[in-house]
Amino acid sequence: MNIHEYQAKEIFREYGVPVPRGGVAFTGPEAREVAAQLGGNLWVVKAQIHAGGRGKAGGVKLARSLDEVEKIAEEMIGMVLVTHQTGPEGKRVEKVYVEEGADIQKEYYLGMVLDRSLEMPVMMASTEGGMEIEEVAAQHPEKIIKVAIDPTIGFQGFHGRKLAFGLGLSKEEIRPFIKFAEALYKVYMDKDAEMIEINPLIKTGSGEFLALDAKMGFDDNALYRHPDIMEMRDLSEEDPVELEAKKYGLSYVNLDGNVGCMVNGAGLAMATMDIIKHEGGEPANFLDVGGGANPDTVAKGFELILQDENVKSIFVNIFGGIVRCDRIANGILQATKQVEVNVPVIVRLDGTNAEEAAEILQKANIKNIIPATDLADGARKAVAAAKGEL
Amino acid sequence: MSILVNKDTKVIVQGFTGKEGTFHSQQCIEYGTQIVGGVTPGKGGQTHLDRPVFNTVKEAVDATGATVSMIFVPPAFTADAVMEAAEAGIELAVIITEGAPVKDMMYAKMYATKHGMKTIGPNCPGIITAEECKIGIMPGFIFKKGPVGLISKSGTLTYEASNQVVKEGLGITTAVGIGGDPIIGLSYKQLLPMFEADPETEAIVMIGEIGGTLEIEAAEFIKENISKPVIAFIAGQTAPKGKRMGHAGAIISGSSGTAQEKMEALEAAGVHVVKSPADIGKTVATALGK
Repeated sequence: MNIHEYQAKEIFREYGVPVPRGGVAFTGPEAREVAAQLGGNLWVVKAQIHAGGRGKAGGVKLARSLDEVEKIAEEMIGMVLVTHQTGPEGKRVEKVYVEEGADIQKEYYLGMVLDRSLEMPVMMASTEGGMEIEEVAAQHPEKIIKVAIDPTIGFQGFHGRKLAFGLGLSKEEIRPFIKFAEALYKVYMDKDAEMIEINPLIKTGSGEFLALDAKMGFDDNALYRHPDIMEMRDLSEEDPVELEAKKYGLSYVNLDGNVGCMVNGAGLAMATMDIIKHEGGEPANFLDVGGGANPDTVAKGFELILQDENVKSIFVNIFGGIVRCDRIANGILQATKQVEVNVPVIVRLDGTNAEEAAEILQKANIKNIIPATDLADGARKAVAAAKGEL
Repeated sequence: MSILVNKDTKVIVQGFTGKEGTFHSQQCIEYGTQIVGGVTPGKGGQTHLDRPVFNTVKEAVDATGATVSMIFVPPAFTADAVMEAAEAGIELAVIITEGAPVKDMMYAKMYATKHGMKTIGPNCPGIITAEECKIGIMPGFIFKKGPVGLISKSGTLTYEASNQVVKEGLGITTAVGIGGDPIIGLSYKQLLPMFEADPETEAIVMIGEIGGTLEIEAAEFIKENISKPVIAFIAGQTAPKGKRMGHAGAIISGSSGTAQEKMEALEAAGVHVVKSPADIGKTVATALGK
């Protein structure tokens, strides 16, 4: 789960990670009010959406008067922001964050993530602040300094020094930087973060380090012990169909193709997408109905797939283990009564009680249901059906 | 022969008396696994599925001589259960539970390693030595005995692969579902040399997916250390970037962890990489000259 910049900064403040002063606003006048309270004569108005690349897309603007703050906020709220991370459909801006202008002397990058090979968190720093870290990693890997932090010893001075010297910081800068990094480590561990990114981290004219931007993502499995984070969830930032799927214990991801897929198990679900492509088609979705697939989840699965108007055929690919295929077959029949399925459904059921399942489907003799003998046969038929060639 | 577990392996179950624990323990017993008891704190002294229940893993190990634990406790208590097993002298913990926090598993795995305990999972189907010992939730009947070792991040795709191998008239020595979480126990790199050393295993199937670098590390290892044919399929060739595909670890971050880079690395290491998941069985048969 991801949160907004303003929410991440609230958490940062709580942990003593320095951030500029600021406040969130939902309307132009509210933005003006926030700016007036902050005082000064320079503000930054930032669109709050869960995607990077806001600056280039016009989602971060400087204002030099309260009138300007209000005008910019009014323009920003309600606009659809398209960045390289939002996809072409973009994201609607519902709120802005108004922050005091900062005296930027130098920009850095600082981030934390789990290193899956080392099996411990790593902190990454770079002098190339403001740039996409992916690009830096690809073009100048030597400009990224990484330290792995063994959680059993926690953040130590030497971790901080390695980063600070790597960034070429001066003697006076090292102490405040290490303090900053140590507080950030504590946020990451305490909150079960999956990722923290500060891009840019800035050094001000007075030698202070400030998180000018803040991005945080959390381990979904750990949210149960962080009710405060759970409250920060912004459902308008999430795909409504994916959310609906989750409610029923299904895992769904929308794709661009026209062959719908319903599969049990995440690996087999990805493999099913792959074989559709391999056979010359394009998958319309990833859908894992889970190990415990039953008639209700199957019915819900059809409903989700058919919300996508591009879908021209559906490939049901179930390998029954503990789940019996005859139950799935009955589920499919029941589902076709609950949901109007008006595209060909290619059904491949293998594993436990596959023969009984085939018999059930054959007896029911429903026009749109086409049996398949194995994975390859099913994929071929589903692709042909989507092209209207079956 | 086989790897890690066989008909003589003594297994206890943590979370023995719960719904999942009960159902799957029963299935394992029917398969022939020597489930010698279980642990449910507060239920020590009772009998469940005709086996003794203990309050602690230590008591269970002392009384039964078990060396393996199958873990079904809920996600919030999984790390605790793993660490208790490690401290009690269990040699291998098979963690079936799905949804354990990553941070918990990070600590649990470090503690297990410190005590010399191997782990499989979490969020995995478990391990099965065909026709001898099943420790997990996979349907046993799919795994017929034969010369192929199987390592997989995915559950149902493991069943699919085994089914294809069996349809070619071959079969499985041991199949290990390693799980698709960001932090997992035994992985390709630790399991490959076990299969290499197992005289009954003639070929190894590895099934990977997008996310992380385990398959790339495996490729480097195979190049130097594995002489038996390896057949690989990587799921998620058509997965979009930045989207989590069911498994917590199955995500392409930025441009790393793609199926393509994994397939290329494996191919360069001399692995038979199949593009279509329907070709796994056939390719194994060809590699074995059958």
